[in-house]
Amino acid sequence: MHVNLDARRYRTKAAIFSALFIGLGQLYNRQYVKGFLWMVVAQLFFWTYYPIAYKGITGLITLGDVPSRIMKGKVVQGDHSIFLLINGLITVVIILLFLGMYIMNIVDAKKNGEIRDEGGQVLGFIASLKRAKFRNFPYLLLLPASCFVLFVTVMPLVFNVLIAFTNYSAPDHIPDRSLVDWIGFASFYDLFTQEAWRSTFVGIAVWNIIWATVSTISVFLSGLILAMMVNHPRIKFKKFWRTAFILPWAVPQFISILVFRVLLNGSFGPINDLIVNLGFSPVPWLSDPTMAKVSIILVNLWFSTPFLMALMSGVLTTMPRDLYEAAEVDGASWRQKFTKITLPLVLLATAPILIMQFAFNFNNFNLIYLLTDGNPNQPDYFYAGSTDILISWIFKMTLNQSQFNMASAVSIIMFILIAGFSLWNYKRMKSNQEEDWV
Amino acid sequence: MSKLKSNLVVIGIYMVFIVLLITTIYPMTWVVGTSLNPGNTLLVSKMFPDNPSLLHYVELIRNTDFMLWFGNTLKIAVANAFLSTILVAMTAYAFSRFRFKGRQQGLMTLLVLQMFPGFLSIMAIFVLLLQTKLLDTHLGLILIYVGGSISMGTWVMKGHFDTIPRSLEEAAFIDGASNKDAFFRIILPLSLPSITFVALNSFITPFMDFILPQIVLRSSEKMTLAQGLYSMVANETNSSFTVFAAGAVLVALPITLLYMYFQKYLIHGMTAGADKG
Repeated sequence: MHVNLDARRYRTKAAIFSALFIGLGQLYNRQYVKGFLWMVVAQLFFWTYYPIAYKGITGLITLGDVPSRIMKGKVVQGDHSIFLLINGLITVVIILLFLGMYIMNIVDAKKNGEIRDEGGQVLGFIASLKRAKFRNFPYLLLLPASCFVLFVTVMPLVFNVLIAFTNYSAPDHIPDRSLVDWIGFASFYDLFTQEAWRSTFVGIAVWNIIWATVSTISVFLSGLILAMMVNHPRIKFKKFWRTAFILPWAVPQFISILVFRVLLNGSFGPINDLIVNLGFSPVPWLSDPTMAKVSIILVNLWFSTPFLMALMSGVLTTMPRDLYEAAEVDGASWRQKFTKITLPLVLLATAPILIMQFAFNFNNFNLIYLLTDGNPNQPDYFYAGSTDILISWIFKMTLNQSQFNMASAVSIIMFILIAGFSLWNYKRMKSNQEEDWV
Repeated sequence: MSKLKSNLVVIGIYMVFIVLLITTIYPMTWVVGTSLNPGNTLLVSKMFPDNPSLLHYVELIRNTDFMLWFGNTLKIAVANAFLSTILVAMTAYAFSRFRFKGRQQGLMTLLVLQMFPGFLSIMAIFVLLLQTKLLDTHLGLILIYVGGSISMGTWVMKGHFDTIPRSLEEAAFIDGASNKDAFFRIILPLSLPSITFVALNSFITPFMDFILPQIVLRSSEKMTLAQGLYSMVANETNSSFTVFAAGAVLVALPITLLYMYFQKYLIHGMTAGADKG
C-alpha cells in the first residue's frame, strides 16, 4: 500500500497543486515556463473578467430591474432585458471555456506527474509545444468551424430556448420600454390550455403533417412513375425527355414559386384567364382554403418531381433483371411486378432521401410564404392564415407580431420533434451499416 | 393482342409526356414572353408577343435597384462559397482522417444541427445581430450562411473523404509528406466532386434564399435579388409584373444553365450523405 501510494506521489500532488492554483502543478513538475504562462494568463483573465462576469450573471438572473421611465419630460433609459440576457449568455459561454481551461490544466499536471512517477523526464517548453501541436492537430482544424457553429447556430438556439421561458412579447413586455421577466412554463401552458392558442397550434400542426406526408409521397410516386416511363425500352429520344423534365429542378425555386403566384392569381392570372375564355368559371386557386392547399401540393409537384426522377433513374438501372425475368416466367402481371418487386426495392434504396425530403418539406417556408403568404385568412387563428405551417407561423409571430415567447415555445416543440426524428433516423442508418461508418 | 396492348402503352406514355412537356414549359415561356411584351399589363400580354422588345429589361436596369441587388448577391455568394468551402474541407478532413476524443459527439451534433433549420431561431439571430451591430450588413448574413453550411456540407464531404483509400496517404507519409501535403496533393484532387458541390451550393444559396436576407437586410440598397424580386410581386398592383418577369429571366437563366451543366455533381452531392444508408 505504502509503495503503491509512493508510486503515485508526483501525479497526485501535481494535480492537487493545479487544482488549488492554476499553473502551480506545472511549476511543481519543473515546467517553469509553462507554469508561469498558465499562471499569468489565468490570473490576468480572472481578475479582469471577474466583475464583468458578476454583472453578466446577475443580469441573466434578474433580467434587469430598472424600467425606463419619464422624468421631467425626458426618457431615462432603464435596463434592456434582452441585451442583459444575451450578455449573460455570452458570459456563461466564457466561464465554461475558462472551466475547460482549468480542467485541462489539472489533467496536464497529472499527466506530467505520471511521467515523473515512472521515472521519466518531463518535456521542456519548446518540446511540449511541438508535441501539443502534433497531438492537437485535429482540434486545431476544427477550431474555426466550432467557433462558427457555437456562435451562429448553438448560441441562437440556446437563446431561443431561454426566450420561451420569459414573457418577451408585445404589447406589454418589449424592451427598452418595459422589462421582461422569467415566467417558467407559462407560455407552454397557455399554448395548450387557452382555446385560441390551442386551436391555432393544433390546426396548423395537423395541416403541417398532412402537407409533409402528402407532398413526400406524391413526389415519390410521380418521380418513380416518370422515371419508369422514360426508361421504358420502347420510348425514343430518352435524352431529350430527360433533359426536358429535369428543367424545373434547375430553375431557381423562388422564381418558380413567384411565377406560379402570378399565374394562379385569381383576378388577373393568365391561367384563370384561359379557363374563363374556354367558358368555365374561374378557379379560386389561392383564395379558397382547400383549393389553396391543393395548389401548394401541385406547385410542389411541379418543381420537386424532376429531382426524384433523376434519382429514380439511377436506382432503376441497378434493379436486378433476373428477378423480373423470374416473375415473368411465373406469369406475374405488370401490377404485381410493380408492387412486389419495383416498389420495395426502390423504397429500400431511397428511404434515407425520402426521410430527408420529409424533414425538408416539413419546414418548407419558402413555398408557403412566397406562394400564399399563409393566406387565405383564417379568423379563428392567432396570427396565422389557413395555409400557414408551423415555421411560417413562427416567422409571422416574430417579425410581424413580436410574440417572441410564443414563437420560441412553438419552435422548441418543433426542435424536439425534429431532433428525435433525426436521431432515430441516424440510429437506423447506423445499424444498417457494417463498416466503420462514423 | 399483347402487341396491341404494348403499342397502346407506348402511345399513352407519349401522350403523358406531351402533357407534361406543356406544363413544364408553359410557366417558363410565359415569363419570357411577358418580359418581352411591350405592353405594361398582364391582360394584354401574349405568350408570343407580336413585336418583342427589350423595354422592360432597360426599365429594370435603369429604374430599379436591380444591378445593386445583383452586386450585393454576387458579393455575398462569392464570400460564402470561399469561406464555406475552406471551413467545410478542414472540418471534414479532421473528422475523416483523425481519431480523437469527442469525434462521435461532434458528428452527432452536426447531424442534429443539419436537421434543424437555422432559421428556426430567426428571432434569436435577429436580436443577436442587432446586439453585435451586424444587422443590415452583408457581413452578418455571410457569417450566418457560413455557419449553416458547415453542418450541411461536412457530412457530404466527410463521406467522400472516407472513400479515398488511406493507403495513398500512408505511402506519402513514408515518403516524408506532411499532413498539409497529404491534404493538398492527395485528398483535394481526389475529392473535387464533393468540393464542387459544397462550393456551388454555397454560391447559389444567396441567389435562392429568401428568409435569411429578409431578416438580416432591412434597407433597400442592401437587399439581395430574391428580396428585390419578391418586393416587386408582393404589392398586388400588376403594373410591375412585366418588370418582375424581366428580372426573373435575368436571374433564372444563368442559374438554370449552371444547374444543367453541373447536374451530375449536384444530384450526386445531394444524395451522397444519404447514399451510405
